[in-house]
Amino acid sequence: MQFDSSNLSLRRLLLSLGVLAMLSLLPGCGKRETLVEAADRDQVLLVGNGTEPQDLDPDVVTGVQEFHIMMSLLEGLVSEDPVDLHPVPGVAESWDISPDRKVYTFHLRKDAKWSNGEPVTARDFWEAYKRILTPSLGSEYAYMHYVVKNAEAYNTNGITDFNQVGYKVIDDHTLQVTLNNPTPYFLSLLLHHSWYPINIRTVAKYGDPYQRGSKWTRPGRYVGNGPFVLTQWRVNDVVEVRKSPTYWDRARVRLNGIRFYPIESLDTEERAFRAGQLHVTLEVPLSKIDYYKTNYPNLIKIDPYLGTYFYRVNVTKPPLSDKRVRQALAMAIDREALVKDVLKGGQLPAFNLTPPGTAGYTCRTHLQENIAEAKRLLAAAGYPDGKGLPTIELLYNTLESHRTIAEALQQMWKTQLGVDVRLVNQEWKVYLDTQRSLNYEICRGSWIGDYDDPNTFLDMWLTGGGNNETGWSNPEYDRLIAQAAATADPQQRLEVFQKAEAILMDETPEIPIYFYTHVCLQRPELKGWYPTILDNHPYKYVYLETNADAAVPLK
Amino acid sequence: MLRFIFKRILEAIPVLFIVATITFFLLKIMPGGPFDTERPMPPEVKKAIYAYYGLDKPAWQQYAQYLERLVLHGDLGESQKYFGWTVNELLGGSLPVSVELGIEGMCFALFFGLIAGTVASLRKNTAGDYIPMSVATFGICIPSFVTGPLLILVFAIWLGWFNSSGWFFPRDRILPAMTLGLYYMAYISRLTRGGMLEILNQDFIRTARAKGASEWRIVAKHSLRGGLLSVVAFLGPAVSGIVTGSIVVEKIFEIPGTGRFFVNAAFDRDGPMLMGTTLVYAVLVVAMNLVADILAVWMNPKLRFE
Repeated sequence: MQFDSSNLSLRRLLLSLGVLAMLSLLPGCGKRETLVEAADRDQVLLVGNGTEPQDLDPDVVTGVQEFHIMMSLLEGLVSEDPVDLHPVPGVAESWDISPDRKVYTFHLRKDAKWSNGEPVTARDFWEAYKRILTPSLGSEYAYMHYVVKNAEAYNTNGITDFNQVGYKVIDDHTLQVTLNNPTPYFLSLLLHHSWYPINIRTVAKYGDPYQRGSKWTRPGRYVGNGPFVLTQWRVNDVVEVRKSPTYWDRARVRLNGIRFYPIESLDTEERAFRAGQLHVTLEVPLSKIDYYKTNYPNLIKIDPYLGTYFYRVNVTKPPLSDKRVRQALAMAIDREALVKDVLKGGQLPAFNLTPPGTAGYTCRTHLQENIAEAKRLLAAAGYPDGKGLPTIELLYNTLESHRTIAEALQQMWKTQLGVDVRLVNQEWKVYLDTQRSLNYEICRGSWIGDYDDPNTFLDMWLTGGGNNETGWSNPEYDRLIAQAAATADPQQRLEVFQKAEAILMDETPEIPIYFYTHVCLQRPELKGWYPTILDNHPYKYVYLETNADAAVPLK
Repeated sequence: MLRFIFKRILEAIPVLFIVATITFFLLKIMPGGPFDTERPMPPEVKKAIYAYYGLDKPAWQQYAQYLERLVLHGDLGESQKYFGWTVNELLGGSLPVSVELGIEGMCFALFFGLIAGTVASLRKNTAGDYIPMSVATFGICIPSFVTGPLLILVFAIWLGWFNSSGWFFPRDRILPAMTLGLYYMAYISRLTRGGMLEILNQDFIRTARAKGASEWRIVAKHSLRGGLLSVVAFLGPAVSGIVTGSIVVEKIFEIPGTGRFFVNAAFDRDGPMLMGTTLVYAVLVVAMNLVADILAVWMNPKLRFE
C-alpha cells in the first residue's frame, strides 16, 4: 500500500494522545487514605442517612432521616439514654409528677444555652409548642401533643387562646405541663423532635414563624441547643455538623463533627461503605445480607426494631367481610419459612401486632398457624378447599422486597388453601390513595412505633382512625383503648391492652407477618453506638477508636 | 443566518408553552398529592398547608398564576417537598453539577469516540477496525447501571484509586464521566467510522494522496470536516440526552445534580419542582438542537443556500 510509512506516524500520534489521556486521569490515583481513615483521625463520624432532608425545622418535618440530623442540633426537655433510650435529663435537670400523674413540672438547668449564646428558657419551649400547634403552620406531627390538655382543640381551631392549652411558664427555668390523662409514656414522647425547643427570635428573622417557608434552617442561621451546630448543608450532597462550643454538656461530647450523606440507593451506600467512605450505613441491600453474614459477621449488625409488617384486609367487601375467611388466610402463612428463606435479615415471625417487649408488654394472644383449622374455617364460610372463592387481589407498593413477600404468600395460600390471589402493585402515592379509599381487598402495610408503648400500635385501629384504613370497627375495642388511656396503674393498663389486642387478633382486620429488624453495616472503630429499637443514637456518647486489629481489609 | 436563528427561537416558544401546559395538567390528573403520607393528617392541618401552597384553588387558576410568575419574574415557585427552598434555588445549585457532568461525559465520548472511529475507518476490515467497533457495540448495549457498578468495583473498591460515590474532589468526576460517556463514545465512534469511510473513498482524497499529502493531513484537513457531519447532527440530541440522561449515573454515584430532582419530583408529586425540571430540560433540548443545526449549516456549505 502506498501510505504505509505515514500510517506509522499516525499510529504514533494516536498512541501518544491515548497515553496522554490516561495520564491526565491518573493524578491522585494510587492507594490513598480513605475518607474514613481521615475522619477517624479527626473524630468525625460519617453516616449514610438515606434521603435528602426535607428541612431541619423540628416543627415541620416528618421523616426519620431528618430526625437523625436534628438529634445532633437540638435537645428537648429530656434526652435519651444511649443504650436503651429511656428518658434521662436533658434541658430539664429534674421533674416532678403530680400524684394523679397528670401534671409534670420540669426544672430546667441554668447553664443550657443556644448556639448564639442566649440561655434556653421555659419560654423557648412554650413558644415552640405554640408554634407547632398553630393551625396555619400545618405541622404534620402536631398530633404528638394531643395528650396535653386542650392541645388538640387549639390545633384544630377549637380554641384560639393558647393560654388555655396545658403549658405554663412558671418562671424562666420552670415549665408545667398538664395532660388530659395519666400518660405513662409521656416522657418517652418528649424524646420526639416535635417536642424540641425553638429559638423563635431566629425563626422570625427569616420568615413568618407561623407559616411554612421560613428560611432559618440554613447554615449560619440555624440556632440550636444541641451538642452540635450546623456548619454545612449542600443539597443532595452532605449535611455537616461540628461540635457546639455552647452546649451545656460539651465536656461529654467526643466527636468533633458528623457528616450525614443522603445516599438514596442502598447499593450505592453499600459500595461507599466498602470503599471506606462511611462508618455506618442506614440499611443493607437484601441481596448483600448473606454475603456479610458469611464473610464479615463483625461488620453487619442485626438489631430488633420497633415495627411490624402486616397486611390490611378490607372488611367491607365480601368474601373478606367474613371473619372466618380472614382468619383462615392468617393461619395459612408459614412465617418461619418466610423470615428464614426469603427475608434473611433476622426478622421475627409475627403472631400478633405489637412487637414483643414494647415497654414491657408482650401480647399473650397468639395466632395459630394451623392448616387444618384454616381449611375448616374456609369450608364453614362456604368455600371448601377454596372452591367458589373469587380471586383475591393483593395490593402492594412497587418495591422488590414487597413483591417477594407477596409472591411467597400467594404461593402459600394457593397450595395450602386453594385460594387464588392476584398481585397488584402501584406506585407509592397511588397505593396510598387506593388504600385510603378502601379500593383494595388485601393490602401491604407496616407500622413503625412513634414511641415505645403498645398504644402506638393499637390506637390506630380505632373506629374511623386515620390509619385504620380497613373499614373495621369494634365498639368494645374502642372502649378498651379509651379505658387504657385513662388507667393510671401501669400494670392494669397493659392488661387492658391485652384484652384489646385479643379482640384485634380474633377479628383479623390485619394479618401480622413479621417484626422488623434493623440491619446495617458498621465499622469496628465506631463506639458508643448501641442497638436501639428506634435506631436512634444520641451522638454525644458516640466516639471513634481505632487500633491496629480494627483495620478491616474489605474487598 | 441571523434570520434563521431568530425564526428557530420564535418557534421554540410555543413548544415550551405546550410542554408546560401538558406537564401541569398531567400532574393534576395523577392520583395522590404532595402531602399524602402514610399517616393521614387532620383536615385542619391539610387545609392550612394547601392554603399556603395555593393548592386549594381550582387547577386553571393555579396554572394561570404559575405562568404569570414564571413569565413576569422567572419564578419557578416553591418546592413542596423541600420546605423553605425555592425551585430556582435548588435548580441553581444542581444544574451546574449536571451540566459539568454532561460536559465531562461528552468530552470523554468525543475524544475517544473520534479517535476510535477514525482509526477504525483507516484500518477497515482489520483488527484495528474490529476491536474498537466490537467495544463500541458493547458500549451501546450495556446500560450504565451495569458499567457504573463495574467501574466502581474495579477502580474504587479493588484498586482504591477513586471514591465509589460522591462529588467532592476533582477525581470524583472521572468514573461518572466515563460511565455517562461510554454509550455516546460508542455511538460517535460508529458514526465517525461510517462518515470517514464515505469520504476516504472519494476522488479528492485520492487526488490528495496522489499529490503526496501525509496521512495526517489527509485525515485532519481533508476528511474530518466532511466525515463528521453525521456526528455533528447527532451532537445536538446527544448533549441534551447526556444531561437529561444522567439520572441513572447521578443515582449510582450519588451526584447532587438535577436528575435526582427530576425523578423524585414525579414520585413526590412536587408540582413546582417537576414543572421546573421539565421546563429546564425542554429548554436544553431545544437549545442544543438549535446549536447542532447551526453547526451543521456552518460545516456544510450546501445547506447555507437552502
